[in-house]
Amino acid sequence: MSSFNVLGKPVVNVQLYGHVTGSTQFIDDISFPGMLWIKAVRSPVPRGIIKKLDTKKAERLPGVVKIVTSKDVPNNMHVNMAVVGIGPPDEPVLPDKEVNYKGEAICLVVARDEETALKAIELIDLEIEELPPVLDMEEALKPSSPKIKPWNSNTFVFGSGMDGATPPGGQGRPYFLIKRGNVDEAFNKARHIVEGSYLISPIEHAPIEPHICVAKPEPDGRLTIYTATQAPYFVRDNVATILNMPPSKIRVVSPSVGGGFGGKVDPEFEMMVAVAAMAVKRPVKWRWTREEEFTVSTTRPAVKIELQDSVSDEGLILGRKARLLHDAGAYSRTSPYGVIKACFNLSGPYNIPNVEYRGYCVFTNRQPSSAMRGYGVFEVSFAIELQMDRIAKTCGIDPLELRFRNAYRNNQISASGKLIDDAYLIETMREAAGLAGINLPEHLLKMSSSG
Amino acid sequence: MVKLRGRGLAAINYPTGMNLGGDPSQTIIFAQPDGRFVMCVASVELGQGLRTALAQIAAESIGIDPEQIEVRFGDTEMAPHDTGTFASRTTHRMSNAIFAAAQEIKQIILDVASKIMETTPSDLEISNGKVYVKGVPDKFVTVQEVVNKAQFVYNTPVVGKGFYVKPKSSVDPDTGEADPHSTMAHGCTIVDVEVDTETGIVTVTDVYTVYEVGRIVNKNLVEGQIIGGLVMGLGAALTETVYPRYPSLDYQTTSFQEYVLPTAGDVPRIRYKIIENPTATNVFGIKGVGEMVVNSIAPAIANAVYNAIGVQITELPITPEKVLRALEQKKEVTNK
Repeated sequence: MSSFNVLGKPVVNVQLYGHVTGSTQFIDDISFPGMLWIKAVRSPVPRGIIKKLDTKKAERLPGVVKIVTSKDVPNNMHVNMAVVGIGPPDEPVLPDKEVNYKGEAICLVVARDEETALKAIELIDLEIEELPPVLDMEEALKPSSPKIKPWNSNTFVFGSGMDGATPPGGQGRPYFLIKRGNVDEAFNKARHIVEGSYLISPIEHAPIEPHICVAKPEPDGRLTIYTATQAPYFVRDNVATILNMPPSKIRVVSPSVGGGFGGKVDPEFEMMVAVAAMAVKRPVKWRWTREEEFTVSTTRPAVKIELQDSVSDEGLILGRKARLLHDAGAYSRTSPYGVIKACFNLSGPYNIPNVEYRGYCVFTNRQPSSAMRGYGVFEVSFAIELQMDRIAKTCGIDPLELRFRNAYRNNQISASGKLIDDAYLIETMREAAGLAGINLPEHLLKMSSSG
Repeated sequence: MVKLRGRGLAAINYPTGMNLGGDPSQTIIFAQPDGRFVMCVASVELGQGLRTALAQIAAESIGIDPEQIEVRFGDTEMAPHDTGTFASRTTHRMSNAIFAAAQEIKQIILDVASKIMETTPSDLEISNGKVYVKGVPDKFVTVQEVVNKAQFVYNTPVVGKGFYVKPKSSVDPDTGEADPHSTMAHGCTIVDVEVDTETGIVTVTDVYTVYEVGRIVNKNLVEGQIIGGLVMGLGAALTETVYPRYPSLDYQTTSFQEYVLPTAGDVPRIRYKIIENPTATNVFGIKGVGEMVVNSIAPAIANAVYNAIGVQITELPITPEKVLRALEQKKEVTNK
């Protein structure tokens, strides 16, 4: 495979002309005769008990076809990543008792147009008894904090198989654990102990195309879902679960999607659209507003990473302890997966023989966080690379030199015990230095990832 | 007003594919009577150019022009299962599946061509849309003709199927021992910044960045990922947050009026280079590129600000407020 005819060639993106001229068909271009529209009644508080939900007045408004509540959902509880073994189901399609984040959908108005649906929302009588929210991850871990999960804690349980990674039956613990070598011994040998605490902020994916979905019940009892998703099969399997329908009766179509960046991995509203369509037996469409994108759709998680490194005189990292707190928001979504992925990457592209990493998936009363471009590693790269500059300063070593010294190489062992066979950091750094006009000293030019 | 200059760097790696694996991809390729091929994948075109890249991979694998491949995608009923388009997985996973499907297609083409040309399949090779007798470049039939005759003369369906999965790795609950990823891509980003000590505004003036992607499938598309990723990471580094007073919910953003995304005017001078270090886990050496390009710029900027002002700002985004507080803190320390 040394020479290619087509691979590597700058073939023009076949979608380009359609996107630029506006002829590409997106979900919002799809509509059907008799199609209805959805708007949601959303929780005004981050945490509370639903005391009253009276929809009678709204139902009488001309143009309103149905108010869909938790009673219309055949199987209300789900967890998005059940397909990879993550559990237990911790999120209702529509809550019947309590709300766990501001903006959580409580019921859906299905009406002839968006305007009518918005008018109907104002006629719905909703009473919620507000409870003190859990917002701060460190507070959430304290025994005195209110507990927002049915298993009476604010953390996901790792190590017992429900994380979709470890074998079933093990002793559960509130953090994912990676341990390698002898970290205590490494700290006894430390010339310097370098510590740092780093925090990344929740951010919005902000694709040009907001979340949009059309669900259409077919005459043969099947359901077709047209949606802007990155994972059609995740949508199919989750919708099948909550409708108690065989997956084979659900078809998911995801044509050109107007940007995803991880924000369209979660089937975060298709289940509601599917329930509404099955309840009214007509095609329904839901188009999220930009405000819903910001306040309801998933964000990148806030992640706090505390690093403690044992460092030798030459700046070599002998051992690392890490404590990672990942703000999942109110529900699991992909967060347990994200925590595990982050933990496996806490050594970065460096050789650290002794490690102890603990990753917590912490639940709070905010909109659920989930995947975003660079998921699980964005926060780790940020923390590690700032830590590297701290180490460089502590040891009085040039930051680039320090990275060359610690760079992983082939035939070393990763934090998870895997033999490294495709290391290429040294070569990549050398190219970057060249691009920036940095003249590297001879001993760095001679280094190689293969030995 | 003083402008302090600083340089910072970040070196990163990024895993290809779903963490721990267990994320299969499948495809079916079949020929139309006119000689074109239809490739069915359930992966999703998000604007990243997947449709173009997968057509190139199929064309390379079969030995034809990419325009001869029509990619049908994003429909659970029109294509076999694929886990989805995320985790920098699709090009890596699906190209292995496509290559396998192409081997079946090629075998059918060679078998039928050998009948047309009255020779043995092992004497033939496919290149540039033609089936040649090895070493005799002027003796050939077109793939188009072979495909047509297969269906209408030799009663042979021209269909290939392909499957690829990295088997799911289990994790030791007490040590974390596991095989989490297929391969690692690498990146190194160096940035130069200017920090305005009066306003606290950080301006990124220059970016020098190198990404190691295994194998380039389409240079335009990789460049698109690099520029897009850098600009996205620039926003995360300097301006973006949906909770400006995190963990409080106060001032939660609701629109682009309060949520500041970088625009064309904010894009610094970018010099980049793409390098290849093929992975053995993919038939072409391909690794995922789409995600890692967003990860290296924020720490590089933070380190450049550290270099410029002497204080490390450890919380994103690095807003003017945080810069001014850091400068204030430094002044207090110096005065003591």
